[in-house]
Amino acid sequence: MSGVRVLVGTKKGAFLLTSDGARKKWKVSGPHFAGWEIYHLKGSPADPDRIYASQSSGWFGQIIQRSSDGGKTWETPGGGMTQGPGGMPQGESNKFVYDTSEATGKPLTTHQWYDGTQHPWEFKRVWHLEPSPSDPDTVYAGVEDAALFRSSDGATTWQEVSGLRGHGTGPKWQPGAGGLCLHTILLDPKNPRRIYIAISAAGAFRTDDGGATWKPINRGLRSNYIPDPEAEIGHCVHHIAMHPAHPNRLFMQKHWDVMRSDDAGDHWHEVSGNLPTDFGFAIDVHAHEPETIYVVPIKSDSEHYPLKGKLRVYRSRSGGEEWEALTKGLPQRNCYVNVLRDAMAVDTLDDCGIYFGTTGGQVYVSTDAGDRWAPIVRDLPPVLSVEVQALR
Amino acid sequence: MIRVVIPPSLRTLAGVGAEVTLAVDAPVTQGAVLDALESRYPVLRGTIRDHGTLQRRAFIRYFACGQDLSHDPADTPLPEPIADGTEPFLVIGAIAGG
Repeated sequence: MSGVRVLVGTKKGAFLLTSDGARKKWKVSGPHFAGWEIYHLKGSPADPDRIYASQSSGWFGQIIQRSSDGGKTWETPGGGMTQGPGGMPQGESNKFVYDTSEATGKPLTTHQWYDGTQHPWEFKRVWHLEPSPSDPDTVYAGVEDAALFRSSDGATTWQEVSGLRGHGTGPKWQPGAGGLCLHTILLDPKNPRRIYIAISAAGAFRTDDGGATWKPINRGLRSNYIPDPEAEIGHCVHHIAMHPAHPNRLFMQKHWDVMRSDDAGDHWHEVSGNLPTDFGFAIDVHAHEPETIYVVPIKSDSEHYPLKGKLRVYRSRSGGEEWEALTKGLPQRNCYVNVLRDAMAVDTLDDCGIYFGTTGGQVYVSTDAGDRWAPIVRDLPPVLSVEVQALR
Repeated sequence: MIRVVIPPSLRTLAGVGAEVTLAVDAPVTQGAVLDALESRYPVLRGTIRDHGTLQRRAFIRYFACGQDLSHDPADTPLPEPIADGTEPFLVIGAIAGG
């Protein structure tokens, strides 16, 4: 391995942080797309120079950016200036149209609103982009209002994977505080027909046939803030992590509770153990130790900052239940930032690097599994997402 | 030629300066100007108007010759100074936090 590239999405643009394998000295590139919200960037495992970015704005809506040179230059697929009439690209890379065709078998028109009434599905933004592990031109998008889209032409055009909203529980989905968002997409590296997704606040879902049919996988979740705490639908799942060598083993940070499944989500059990609070957003798995997992406990209901102003990552080396606080290099007084659901990542170097970004604009790295941390940058805009690529 | 001024964020996105000029056949309407703008710069599709309905996005407004035309039907002819290029057609992002 020759180095890493960290892809950071913030409230006011994207930043690319690069370093050699030592991960001590960093080069910062950005802001890219200055002034726009960058909910997520992610590189293609099949071609690390191919990176997709979700760029959005309350004023101007959604834009999809694509790089084919590792983030040096960007383009909006199909969106370039036309040179003449007729036959030119139509700029549809930001066109996310919900499928209401007869082929879905039912009109997918409404979900539950905050007050329990039904509300029309309205596209707002792309929360998460998940490139295919094998094809650089295939990429999935998780969007708000919750749906899954797929592109097989490098994000030039998008089609809804409509079986997800069409499987029957859609009218029971309701928005969380952040909106009705599909924020987690996990592609099973061993079984290309299996995909996991998660929605706030609906829960987790799985397909075993490439997206044609889906089922809720929320058995074992308990959420005291919904009328039926053990309902099939309605859980505010914040994030799910998976080790690629063990795709049936899932770790979940729920609105409250850290959960684990060893059967591809069919059953979950709580592994919060001795955490000081089991509320949080981010969760991830060590690249080489499938039972080593990380969370950042956050005070809630409404505070959403670390307990006692101490920023502490918690690590379990037993797949949950037994947790230890990691504090070296992290602020242990007067720290009131949050770590959002997509703002933690791990690299695959021999000494696995752990990364996370905060709403205070810091991005931290540990190159020793979390024992010691150091800031890569301290003063970015609020960090929405962090991903990392190992570069050969 | 019709002169159109777009917000700074969209100038960066489209790679243009403060003002763009477009050829628009008569009658020069708000809809025809936006059609020409999006045809020339496809990246702007969906950023000013909805892709499907062509409805103005909520935080966008249209002005010309000191008048707010945001709520005019798309097929309303624009004032003569816009049609003859004396004055620009303004696409403005609503002033709000962020």
